[in-house]
Amino acid sequence: MSELRGFWHRLTALFGRTRYREELDEEMAFHREQAENALRDDGMTPEAAYRTAARQFGNATLLKEQSHNAVGFRMESIARDMRFALRQLRRQPGFALLATLILALGMGASVAIFGFVDAALLQPLPYAHPDRLMDVGEKSDVHPRSNLSLEDFRDWKRLNRSFSGFDAYTGGGFLLHTPGGVEPVPAGRVTAGFFDTLGIKPFLGRTFRAGEDRSGAGKVVLLAYGAWLQRFGARPDIVGQSVQLDSENFTVVGVLPRQFTFAPRGPAEVWVPITDPTECEQRRSCHNLFAVGRLRDGVTPAAALQDLAAIAAQLEREYPGSNHGQGAFVQPLSKLIVGDVRPILLTLLGGALLVLVIACVNVSSLLLVRSESRRREIAVRGALGATPARLLRQFITEGLLLAAAGTTLGLAVALGLMHLLSHLVPEQMADRLPFIKLIGLNVHTLLFATGVAALMTLLLALTPTLRLNLQHIHDGLAEGGRGSASRLWHRIGSNLVVVELAIAVVLLVGAGLLGKSFYKLLHVDMGFDPSHLAMVNVQLPRNAYTQDAERLALYRTMQQKLEAMPGVQSVAFTDTTPVGCFCNTDWIRIPGRPFHGEHNEVVERDVTPGYMATLKARLIRGRMFREDEDKSKPLVILINESLAKKYFPGEDPVGKQIGNGSLDKSSMREIVGVVADVREGALDDEMLPGEYFNIYQQLDSGFTILVRTGQNERSILPSMVSMIHSIDPNIGLYGEITMNDMIESTQSALLHRFSTWLVGGFALVALVLGVVGLYGVIAYSVSQRTREIGVRMALGAQRGAVYGLVMRQAARLTAVGLLAGLVCAIGASTLIRNLLFGVEAWDVPTLASVVVILGIASITASFVPASKAATVNPTDALRAE
Amino acid sequence: MPRKSDLLPGTLDMLILKTLNRAPLHGYGIALSIRRMSDDVLTVEEGSLYPALQRLLAQGWVKAEWKMTETNRRARYYTLTAAGRKQLGIELSQFEEMIAAITRVLRDQEA
Repeated sequence: MSELRGFWHRLTALFGRTRYREELDEEMAFHREQAENALRDDGMTPEAAYRTAARQFGNATLLKEQSHNAVGFRMESIARDMRFALRQLRRQPGFALLATLILALGMGASVAIFGFVDAALLQPLPYAHPDRLMDVGEKSDVHPRSNLSLEDFRDWKRLNRSFSGFDAYTGGGFLLHTPGGVEPVPAGRVTAGFFDTLGIKPFLGRTFRAGEDRSGAGKVVLLAYGAWLQRFGARPDIVGQSVQLDSENFTVVGVLPRQFTFAPRGPAEVWVPITDPTECEQRRSCHNLFAVGRLRDGVTPAAALQDLAAIAAQLEREYPGSNHGQGAFVQPLSKLIVGDVRPILLTLLGGALLVLVIACVNVSSLLLVRSESRRREIAVRGALGATPARLLRQFITEGLLLAAAGTTLGLAVALGLMHLLSHLVPEQMADRLPFIKLIGLNVHTLLFATGVAALMTLLLALTPTLRLNLQHIHDGLAEGGRGSASRLWHRIGSNLVVVELAIAVVLLVGAGLLGKSFYKLLHVDMGFDPSHLAMVNVQLPRNAYTQDAERLALYRTMQQKLEAMPGVQSVAFTDTTPVGCFCNTDWIRIPGRPFHGEHNEVVERDVTPGYMATLKARLIRGRMFREDEDKSKPLVILINESLAKKYFPGEDPVGKQIGNGSLDKSSMREIVGVVADVREGALDDEMLPGEYFNIYQQLDSGFTILVRTGQNERSILPSMVSMIHSIDPNIGLYGEITMNDMIESTQSALLHRFSTWLVGGFALVALVLGVVGLYGVIAYSVSQRTREIGVRMALGAQRGAVYGLVMRQAARLTAVGLLAGLVCAIGASTLIRNLLFGVEAWDVPTLASVVVILGIASITASFVPASKAATVNPTDALRAE
Repeated sequence: MPRKSDLLPGTLDMLILKTLNRAPLHGYGIALSIRRMSDDVLTVEEGSLYPALQRLLAQGWVKAEWKMTETNRRARYYTLTAAGRKQLGIELSQFEEMIAAITRVLRDQEA
């Protein structure tokens, strides 16, 4: 009941505001009158009685406000504060706009990057209980994680006690026959329980059943959602239909859900069980699979690894030839998928947070400058009866308003940035980073944004209150904002700019080092000339060109027709393009050398005789392959310099033999030449020992055609495709690209480019904010010292001395900022040294250029206020205030 | 500038309620009454009185109405409500407890 009445009373006070005030006025006037009367009765003169009563009564306005506060809703006074704050900010629109923009930038960048971090590192993989899923492979001396062979996988699956589900997968491809012709579709080949192990429920139909991966089982296929949508028109009756893949009929058993991706395989459109083992899959020594395992309850990854390692050791004893040194490898599946981007994302988040800090510091120091210039206003309001709490609330309201504006705009910036950045990621990379689709404003990002906004608000609200030392209100009135007034400013304001400069140094050094790494990466020694090279991948139909003679004839026809195209200088084939991976390897053995079953792993490539010439790779000794060296001739091999150095130190390898681990007669090849290293592995790999076989003696059904042209290599791509299809429209062609584009879109190049541009952007923002901050500090300090400077000049100080006075202050701040920044930068770069390539964390040229850039920028920024100070007219300055 | 009240914190509300328990009064009357009753020891500052009255109004412990004084001036008279009477009882007993406690402490120190 009493609460209700209280509420009613407050409501009346709120809505009948005018009446409420009038009544209070009247009541107090009555009180004063009565007091005056009483004093007069005591014998005072009417005038003295009036004055005494008024004095006794005190500050009527303050009293009214207090009375009102006792009953008024908080809301109402907050609204009043808001209006006042808005008016204050409108009086200096430049300040309000600048502060809002800076805050929005800091907030936007950090929230956007956090969106990536959240999608990649915080949100679970889109599988059932993803934390129990393990990535499983073999391990050898040179590969910490290598593929499994099918035979090994089957033994591991049979013998392990750690996994409730254990299934293998590998890539593949089919030629899909469509009314429009033959189209290559990427495929995944998996063991039957693969989708059950991941915990994926199909969108339509079913997934594979046990036994469907046995030899002779019926051909079945699962469609990816995208393929079902685009290639089959989203037909609801697709399950049970038959699809022609590689001229064989497969029955569609189901469609996978839309959100399903399996990044380790990339963009597979169709999934089939591993029914007919390929030639490779029939050999225990040929590794082409990886596996996923679902840990049983209570089994740790370490225990699973121990389990598998024991099995591997047992297999090593059973099959010493193929399994020598083959161990086991287990890691969480999430690490496989996001392990590469994790350090990059954390670095970017660090950078974004630094930008946020610098933005907040910048706005705080702007606020501090502003509150300095408002000392008088504060003093006057204090003297007129504003309580400290009241003034505090006013400042907090202003901070809140700024923070709210910054947050709103910042969220818009964040959304824009997330959109922009996720579209900057090229498609082929996006397939390997499935989390990109999850980026957006969700609970996590909003929580993060709220946290940032709260911190921002706190900082903005508290900064000016530092200034609000009410003991000094009277000093403020008396001194008019001079002299000791700026002591606090000097203590805090100038230190803030040191923080800004130091952060700018850290970000600039980071950007510099990443940029240098990126440059080094793209300019790493290739061993060949990547310009003017165009390429296309070829997949021959499975039921045609099965005879060696037919296939060889097709090779030669393609070569001749392509070479006859205008502008084409030379044409070559390879089974694996350079700048690819440490994959497609071979175990070699040199006759007559001691051998203990070790695996001498080298990369192996099948190439045409003109391959090295087309790449412009250098022949060091011996000769290249000959055009007529087909299967009827003795087997020949080219080796690269690394292989020669490692296995033939101090010898001439030409004429020597190389064979496989057991030196089978059919594997023996004669070395005919040594070529300079061509970069076969990734950009950031070492040069690998490598061997080249003559493709005429291998005759692969899938390979890549490289064309060197005198003209723009990009323009020749469509005519290459149509030329090959004019030979046979059933040949599958895909992935036509120029060599330079391919190199730039390799994962290492993309990740480096991404981080370089982003950190570069952050560094630029930091540089601008830091220098603007310094300018603000110096300009403010000059404006505070105008009188002092005037006195000095009146007493005979030269303009040079005034310049020196200002520039010395700037130089001191800059020097401290740079020094602190350099120390932090070296620390920060050491933290990201794994992202650096070919450059050390303490790279002197980078550090020196950052110091020079920031130094010059700072001096320029402080020169403007310095010259303003030096041109001060002493008489004006002395007269000022 | 108004001096700080010499009253113990929280006692002003109780004194106002107690004063109004006898008869409805206007603000000036309340201040006067407290001063007289305390033999000029307790002076209620206007700066504290009117906010306190607004507080009590908001709590619903007193109600206010405009009436004419004996000298025919319009003044706002405050009357204790039933809830206010109850509150007065609570505050009085709390105050007595406190005084008793303070007295005990002081007596201890003397001993």
